Order: sequence, then C-alpha cells, then structure tokens
Amino acid sequence: MALLDIKNMRVEFPGRHGVFTSVNDVSLYVNEGEILGLVGESGAGKSTIGNAVMGLLQAPGRMSEGEVRLNGERIDQLSEIDMRSIRGKRIGMIFQDPMTSLNPIETIEFQLVETILAHLDVSMSEARKRAVELLEQVGIPEASVRIKQYPHQFSGGMRQRVVIALALCVEPELIIADEPTTALDVTIQAQILQLIKDMCKSRKLGVILVTHDMGVIAETADRVAVMYRGRLIELGDTSQIMNAPKEAYTQSLIAAVPPSNKKIDRFPKVAIAESDGSALQDFDLQSHWLGRGSAYETSSGSLLEVRSLRKQFLIKGAIRPSNRKYLDAIKDISFDVKAGETFGLVGESGSGKSTVARVITGIYPATGGEMEFDGHDLINTKNAKEKQQVRQDIQMVFQDPYSSLNGRMKIGAIVAEPMFVNKLAENGKERREIVADLLELVGLGKDAARKYPHEFSGGQRQRISIARALATRPRFLICDEPTSALDVSIQAQILNLLKDLQDQLKLTLLFISHDLPVIRQMCDRVGVMRFGDLVEVSETEALFEHPQHSYTQTLIGRMPRFAK
Amino acid sequence: MISHILKRAFQSVLVLFVTGLVAFAMFRFVGDPVENMLGQERTEAEVERLREQLGLNDPFLVQYWDFISGALRGDMGVSFRQGRPALEIILERLPATLELALVSALLAMTFGILFGIFTAIRRKGVMTNFILTSSLVGVSLPTFLIGIFLIYVFSVELKVLPSFGRGDVIDLGWWDTGLLTWTGIQSLILPAITLGLYQMTLIMRLVRSEMSEVLRQDYIRFARARGLPEKAINFRHAVKNTLIPVITVAGLQIGSIIAFSIITETVFQWPGVGLLFIDSIQFVDIPVMASYLMLISVMFVGINFLVDMAYLAIDPRLRESKGH
Repeated sequence: MALLDIKNMRVEFPGRHGVFTSVNDVSLYVNEGEILGLVGESGAGKSTIGNAVMGLLQAPGRMSEGEVRLNGERIDQLSEIDMRSIRGKRIGMIFQDPMTSLNPIETIEFQLVETILAHLDVSMSEARKRAVELLEQVGIPEASVRIKQYPHQFSGGMRQRVVIALALCVEPELIIADEPTTALDVTIQAQILQLIKDMCKSRKLGVILVTHDMGVIAETADRVAVMYRGRLIELGDTSQIMNAPKEAYTQSLIAAVPPSNKKIDRFPKVAIAESDGSALQDFDLQSHWLGRGSAYETSSGSLLEVRSLRKQFLIKGAIRPSNRKYLDAIKDISFDVKAGETFGLVGESGSGKSTVARVITGIYPATGGEMEFDGHDLINTKNAKEKQQVRQDIQMVFQDPYSSLNGRMKIGAIVAEPMFVNKLAENGKERREIVADLLELVGLGKDAARKYPHEFSGGQRQRISIARALATRPRFLICDEPTSALDVSIQAQILNLLKDLQDQLKLTLLFISHDLPVIRQMCDRVGVMRFGDLVEVSETEALFEHPQHSYTQTLIGRMPRFAK
Repeated sequence: MISHILKRAFQSVLVLFVTGLVAFAMFRFVGDPVENMLGQERTEAEVERLREQLGLNDPFLVQYWDFISGALRGDMGVSFRQGRPALEIILERLPATLELALVSALLAMTFGILFGIFTAIRRKGVMTNFILTSSLVGVSLPTFLIGIFLIYVFSVELKVLPSFGRGDVIDLGWWDTGLLTWTGIQSLILPAITLGLYQMTLIMRLVRSEMSEVLRQDYIRFARARGLPEKAINFRHAVKNTLIPVITVAGLQIGSIIAFSIITETVFQWPGVGLLFIDSIQFVDIPVMASYLMLISVMFVGINFLVDMAYLAIDPRLRESKGH
C-alpha cells in the first residue's frame, strides 16, 4: 500500500469570472523512502496539490473531487481539528523561502519546542532536549548555543535547515517540500538536497519534491510527475522521463533547459508554452531609427575598461571614523569588455556581481578605481553633457520584471520615456512610431503600447524592459539576472531574443547570472566573482572545461546537471 | 545597541532645545513684556532699569541661554495674570489632564487592539461589519460634536452623568486624584470616551490592516502547516508581529491625546492644563503658554524615546547594531 495515494484530485477556485480549475483529475502516489518529483512551470498547479493534501488551500479554493489517502486512511474529508493533528505530525511541509518562513521575533527554540509540545505529550525539558538533537541531525553546528538565537542570525542555508528541522520535529511519515532550494545558492542547494535525500532514506520518509528545476529533479527524485496547466502529463521513473520522455510537452520542457555540458546556438522553443512572438523580423538597420545611432566604428578594442574598481558600503555608523564598519562589496577588480562580445559575470548571492552593474551605470558611486567607456572617463568626469551621452549608451535590464516597470504608466509611455529624456525623437508622432517599432522588435506587437504592465506575464514584461532599454539606442546593455524570475520555457525565449538583438544591433552585453548553464549558453567570456573579488576571467568554453581557480571548480562541480 | 540609545537620547535633547527656542521666541516677539508689566505711566529710567533687571539688554544667545538654564532649574518665569511661578500653576493642573489622558489612552488601546484583532481574524460577519461601520463615525465626527452629543444624551436627557467639572477630588499631597471618589469617576467617563474615541478607531483600523498583512506571511502559513492550534497562531505568532508598528502610532497618539485634550477640556470644563492654556491665551499670559509648550514637548519627546526602547525590547533584529 502506498504511503500517500491521491486519486482523481480536482481543485477549483471559484471567482468572479467563473470557476478556475487549478488541478484537474490528478492521480499519483508516493511510497515510503521514495522521493517523487513534481515538476512543471508556474501556474501548472504543482504547489496546489501540496496545499490540497495538507488542507491548506487558500479560500475560496476547494477540492471538489477525488480522494487523498494517507496509509489507507482517507484524510481529505477530515474536520479542521482532526486535520491539525495530521499537519506537522504525519505530514510535514517545507516552504520555498527560508527568509520568510520563520517567525522573525521568536527564537528557534521557541518555534521548535512549541511545535513539539503541540503534538507530543512530553515535558518542557524533554521538548528542549529533542529540539537540540534535531538541530544536530540537520547539521547545525553548536546546536545548543544556536538554538537560543533568532532567525535573522542564521544564513539562508542554515535557516532552511531549521525549517527542515521544524518539518521533521515530530517524525512525520511524509514531507511535502515546495521549491525547497529555489531561493538558495548552488553550493547550498546541493547540501540541502543531500540532507533531504539522507533524511528520506534514514527515516523511511516519503517526499514530494515540488520544483520547476529539472536539474534538481534529475539529481534527487526517484520518480517524476510532470504537470501542465493543472493536468498530469507524464509520470515515470526519473531516468525514463529525463532520457526518453514520451509526451511532447515533457520533451520540449527538457529541451528548453540550457545544457550545462555544451554550447548550443539557439534554445529550442517549448511547443505549448505561452505564445512566442514570432522570430525577429529583419530590419534594414541602415535606414531604420535604431541603426542611426550605431554609426560607431566597430573596432575590436575594449568598449569598457575597468581598473582597480572598489565599492564600499557603510554598514555600521559611528562617531569615530575608526569605529565605522564597511562592507567591501567590490574589492579591487579589473576587467575589459570588448566591443560586440557578451561578457558574463557569475557568482553566488552577495558576491558583488549586481553591485558591479550598478556602479557601471552610475546608480552607485564608486569608492575608488577607474572606469573608461569608449574613451570617456566614467568616474571622474564632471562634464554633464558627456555623462548624459554615456548614460544613453549604457542601458540596463533588471531582474524582477514585476517591480521594474511603473504599474501606473502605459507601456507606450514607459518605452517612450528614455527617448523623451534624451530628446531622441523630433516630435510625439515620431516617438510613437519608434515605440511601435521597438515593441514589434521584441515580439509584443504595437498594440501593447496602450496597455498597462499588469496585463502582461513575467516573460512579456521582461520584453518590455528590453524595449525600454533599447529606446536610447544603447551600445552597451547590462542584463542583471534577466531570466531568473522566469520559467524555463520563457527563459529560452528571452535569451533567444537577446542573442538576436545582439546580432542585429551589434550590441555589447554584460550578462550577470548565478545560473552556470545560462552563462555557458550566452557568454563569450566569463568572470567569476566571490566575496567582491574577481577570482578568474576566461573564455567560456575554457572556463567550463578547465576551470583554474579552486572556487570555480567547486562551483562547476556543484552545478545540478542531467545528461541529455 | 548602546550607541543607538545614546543617539536617540541626543536627538531628543536636540528637539527640546529647538522647542525651547520657539517658546523663548514667544517672549521676544509676542508683545514687549516691559510694556505689559509697567503699563502706561512709566519713565524711560524705569523701563531701562527693568530691561537691565530682566536681562533684555543682553545679546540674543545669552538671553536664550538664561531661559534654557532657568527652565532646567524649573524657573519658567512668573505668570502675568496670577503673579505666581508659571510652572507651579501648570503642575497644579497637570494631574487632572494626566488622569483624563491616561484613562482615555487605556480605553483606546484596549478596545482598539481587541476590535482590531477580532475584525482581522473574522474578516466577514455581522459583528465585523458593525464594528467597521460604527468606527467610521468615530473617525469622521469632530471631537467637540461627540462631546456635546454625549452631554445631551447622558447629562441632559438621561441625567445619569455630570456634564462638567471633575467631581470630588482627594488631595494626596503631591497629586490630587478624582479616581478615588464616585463622583470623580462619574465625571471622568464622558470626557474620557470623547477624547479616546478617535484614537480607538485609529488604532483599531491600524491593528486590523497590520494583522491581515501578518496573517498572509509565510511564517503564519508554515505555522499552520506544522499543525499548531489556531489560537497559538493568532495570538502567539501574529499579534506580537502586528504590535511592532502599532506601538509607534499608539505612542504618538498618547502624546496627541494630552495635546488635544484642550478641546475636550473646554467642552467639559475639565480643570486641566488644556483649559488653563485656553485661558492664558485670552490674557496673553506668555510664561504660562511657554511652560505649557515646553511641558508638552518634553512629554512628546519622552514618549517617543520610550517607544524606541520598546522597539528594541520586542524586535530582536534591532537589538544588534544596525547591520543590514
């Protein structure tokens, strides 16, 4: 008998515009000691299944059909009170973001002991003892000291260990892990996945691992269930799904994952994903507005030269300068970006890669060092006109497509604004025509100009961001994690778009990402950052095949991969 | 953390010096005190002698320093109207105002927080709708109107509560209280409700929106997924997180309850500092007005300082030196 058995589950969310079916006729099971990967893109309904099993659907959501059995016992019709003795005690849950899933103003001990006492009939001191043991088991050093601390005193990876300890603290039979490593760096991710695997084997746990990351699934899961728009598309052993997927959707989903082991020219499209803007139309750049700015001599020399760049942040103020504490976000780094190439910056969170982008664009002033862009001094120049010209040449695409567009402006106004500021168009009519062209260019169509940002999906918004960045006819485009908030199929589209634009407009790209396979696909040369240092700069293929620095070797070794 | 406390204390003192400057400026610019004191029949010599005696011929900064150092010793000048030290008059009236403010603040916080939590947990329902609708009345009606309305219902029509004054008070030597006599408590009810109603509504609406926000947080979902009882989730996890921002506003409200008591005290003829202040304005009694200003600002600054300290006590993230 399976540990958890879901039969014909259907979850509905009644709304103003009719009933939305989030999960449609899904049947699956998990055995003890087994990890079932539940994979799909956003909106596929994979998290909803976990919430429905736990009885934690957000109102007005409801499970309208089907049944859920835990060890043969039906649990989907239990009352709220009875369900409470199943949550935590028999089924544990791990959430995505360890930064927000712990109560910030209570100690770790309080939260562990409270949970233990809620389910087990033990004394306070026994509960405390058990809490310390749990922290030791999930690999937190000096557990008896650290248990007295508050969540903010732990790093992201350590917090996720605490979350796992909380989920395991009354020995549940099943764990539902909802994107447990998505918010973590690649090295931490590997550790947490190993911990989940160990716990699964040593305690005979059943695990449902919900994720959008095929690499994580390939490394961790025993069996895989692929979801698409609320339906279960394919279910099978991990090796079968990864190597010989039967369904077209699964095939295209796997094909869209940037391979880590080789460089490909273009990403294949996911067959049934969100409608793709058709391939880039050919523009006659000689006559078009976008081409008018690119009358630069496309020399093979360096477009951007960075020398001994430093950036400090004040993290603790004090009256005496000697008592002030600074964070060295960038410590003395130097690199060149050649005209027309894509230069990648890779590193884990906190390595300073985004700070580099912000210093180059002038969002942050540099603390020291020199930067030269096409012969213009970026740091010491006082000439306002020269500064404006350089700013116009350097544009940026931000990570989060939801917060980087002003929700109260129409798309047309958003894209036109840089032209307006830099006086790049003769009049309003010309500006509107250029906006329409730009929106066509990024595959959205000119009608998008009349809409507001909330009417678009994440991938479409990122296209708007790109159109806005192109509106000043830049020569240098900085992309700071442009696809890390996006699904893999949408990521493929955006990366293709960037490649095409680069070819057509002779753009130079600075591409920042923590995602090594994406870096491999996009970049000509790569710099690896760690704690504000640039530890290695090399040609992309050389870096991936023969990493020189030990940190680069670790980073590449930890990258989740699956053979194609 | 210590540097944080010191910094706040330093800022508080700075604010007091600035309000001191405003209070001092009243002496200089709201009429000439010598004119007020000597009247029409005066000689040049007398004026000059008094100016010298009062130190009005000294440079501006010296005069300001004399005023501040006088204030620090408790010497705020002599009331023009009563001929007694201004601070003494204020301190006599202070217990009445503080008792009124304290009771209304207590009412406002207790019911504001309770109703706020209730309406956040039960987002729909007859009771919630009733509380929310009637709270709109509390926000939109001006204080004096509520006071007059209460007087009409409870004093004129029902004749159950007095409409003015403090009732009988017991002198404890350094403090005269109305809380120990039946008439004193009866007299306190209407003014306290009048003064606290607006603050209660404000706190309630704030608690409600903060708590609804907190209940959507991941750590509440995670607490639910661990099978914790609903009571523990709402009251142990959610309420404490809710109260952090509420403390700031509630603290400021106590300050403004004391300051806004002027209107309520006038409506109910409550013998507190607010009423004294209104009377002093009519007689241009500058020393009393200046003392009142200083007293209110000391209270505001003191409460703000305490609020900051309460923050440190509740939120462990602030207890470390500001790292992030």
